[in-house]
Amino acid sequence: MSDNPQVDRAHKTTSTAMILTLGLVTALSGFLVVFVYQATKPVIAENKRLAIEQAVLQVIPGAESFTPMLLTEDALVPVAPGIEGTRVYAGYDGENSFIGLAAEGAAQGYADIIQLIYGYKPACECVTGIKVIKLAETPGLGDKIITDKNFVANFDALDVRLNSDATALANAVVLVKKGSKTNPWEVDAITGATISSNAVAKAINASAQQLLPQIQPYLEELEGAQP
Amino acid sequence: MSLLKQDDRITAETFLEGIWRDNPVFVMLLGMCPVLAVTNSAVNALAMGVATTFVLLASSVLVSLFRKLIPKEVRIATYIVIIATFVTIVDYVIQAISLDLYNALGAFIQLIVANCMILGRAESFASRNTPMKSVVNGLGMGLGFTLALLCLGVVREILGNGSLFGLPLFGDGFQPWIVMVLPPGGFIVLGGWLLFFEWLKVRKQELSGDEEAVHGS
Amino acid sequence: MEVNSISFIFFNAFLANNFVLALFLGLCPFLGVSGKLETAVPMGLATTFVMLVSSVCAYAINQVLVTFDIEYLRLISYIAVIASAVQLVEMAMKKLSPALFRALGIFLPLITTNCAILGLALFQTFKEYNFIQSVVYALGAGAGFILAIVLMAGLRERLELAKLPSVTQGAALSLILGGVLSLAFMGFAGLGA
Repeated sequence: MSDNPQVDRAHKTTSTAMILTLGLVTALSGFLVVFVYQATKPVIAENKRLAIEQAVLQVIPGAESFTPMLLTEDALVPVAPGIEGTRVYAGYDGENSFIGLAAEGAAQGYADIIQLIYGYKPACECVTGIKVIKLAETPGLGDKIITDKNFVANFDALDVRLNSDATALANAVVLVKKGSKTNPWEVDAITGATISSNAVAKAINASAQQLLPQIQPYLEELEGAQP
Repeated sequence: MSLLKQDDRITAETFLEGIWRDNPVFVMLLGMCPVLAVTNSAVNALAMGVATTFVLLASSVLVSLFRKLIPKEVRIATYIVIIATFVTIVDYVIQAISLDLYNALGAFIQLIVANCMILGRAESFASRNTPMKSVVNGLGMGLGFTLALLCLGVVREILGNGSLFGLPLFGDGFQPWIVMVLPPGGFIVLGGWLLFFEWLKVRKQELSGDEEAVHGS
Repeated sequence: MEVNSISFIFFNAFLANNFVLALFLGLCPFLGVSGKLETAVPMGLATTFVMLVSSVCAYAINQVLVTFDIEYLRLISYIAVIASAVQLVEMAMKKLSPALFRALGIFLPLITTNCAILGLALFQTFKEYNFIQSVVYALGAGAGFILAIVLMAGLRERLELAKLPSVTQGAALSLILGGVLSLAFMGFAGLGA
């Protein structure tokens, strides 16, 4: 590439030389990018899968395996290309019997949108745990929603019972001032991180209000099915 | 050594100028947006510094290798394409190494492209010097940039979170100075560092001035 | 407020996540051109204009990239498109309105290296905004940039008459001022949450 004729041509800077240089550079960069993309793609996909797997197994206590499912307008089906719906994860214990669900929720936090996964057990009609998967909150402040033990304990058994005609939650998940939680559907806020705490409560509430009534008819089906 | 050759010589200065005399952050005020945005913890600061240094080095080598081939008229476009390529590579590599780190740095990895320090180095140094010399200089600049990021990250994490590289430094009684990890803290800590360096400079000048005045006391 | 409603997007980019004071994008012009109000205002307007143009371009490019499944070329194509968009805007302005071109002349090339522009393009892609949302986001970000740079210029004009210790002159003072402004803008954080 560094032989003399080409150097001379470049010095005259004809438009051919310009196009040639740009073409060469873009070809080289395209090659490099595609190479790295191909090399890292499986690792990245694996990382993402692991992150989800870890989160799902954590929020459904006792779960040892899970299947990603899609809840569409009129069915609950395993994930397949071309089908659109709400993504839920059905969790199974060591004996392969269905014990709970995990679903995704999101709400605007202090700096950006907070995305989380929460677990739901039909047996107690309660939320069994949360795991924040995407967080751009301030370190030391908003990230307390992950690290603050008292706050996380809110979601060990958060009541999300449905109302009598199963169209919505009997009691909306609400945020209350720290230390004033009296009902099982209330969430104790973190002092100094009210906005982030509220976002978590809102994310769960919004998702549960919509998802739980819709998914009720399929729960029995899941209990019979094997992963 | 002939005079002509002198230009290609690599001296300690080639390496050191980026760390102290022409520090990209504290002296030249370049690439400010990552400096302030991702330095709320020491780990983020270090990762950003290393990523930027890699892009700087790789693009310096390439620009310097092709410096005689690239026509003047399209040089900026060429440099930008080269830089963007390496940034894309870094972006995927970080995703492969750690998703947590990737989420913490967010779009700021891709914004390395718009870091004027890198384009500035390509234009003013790599396009005029041998690859070897560009690498040495780029390494110095990258190290200077990383050190500056660490200066900010360490101060902000200690004050704002009471920890260093994620390890708590103080007992439970420590009340963190939260504003330091928030955006205003970035501005104020960098302002503080600049004040400190300015004060050092003024003091040095005063000292040397005094020495001259009283004949070296 | 709905997270993706038009008004939320606008005020989020304008105040709560102000590009300059909360996300630290576009600091070079913020520190460099904020000495005087008369230069700060045209700079802000020019940036907003380029933001709009590149937001639209970035949206179109991303559609193409997604269709062909080649998102890994996103960064390279964005930066190339923004650089050419600035050039085009410059040429068009020179032809259509020489007066405006003269007023903005020196600022236009500076805008290419403004990371706020690329940041805007990237953020709107990550947030998966549709066309209208992208345009509103660009408008909000531009308005936020103008607000920040004008406030800063006002403060600095006043400070010119103030007596300050010699060490604080220059960038250090601007940064600390920026910190105080940013502190004030933190009051908007969590807006709409």
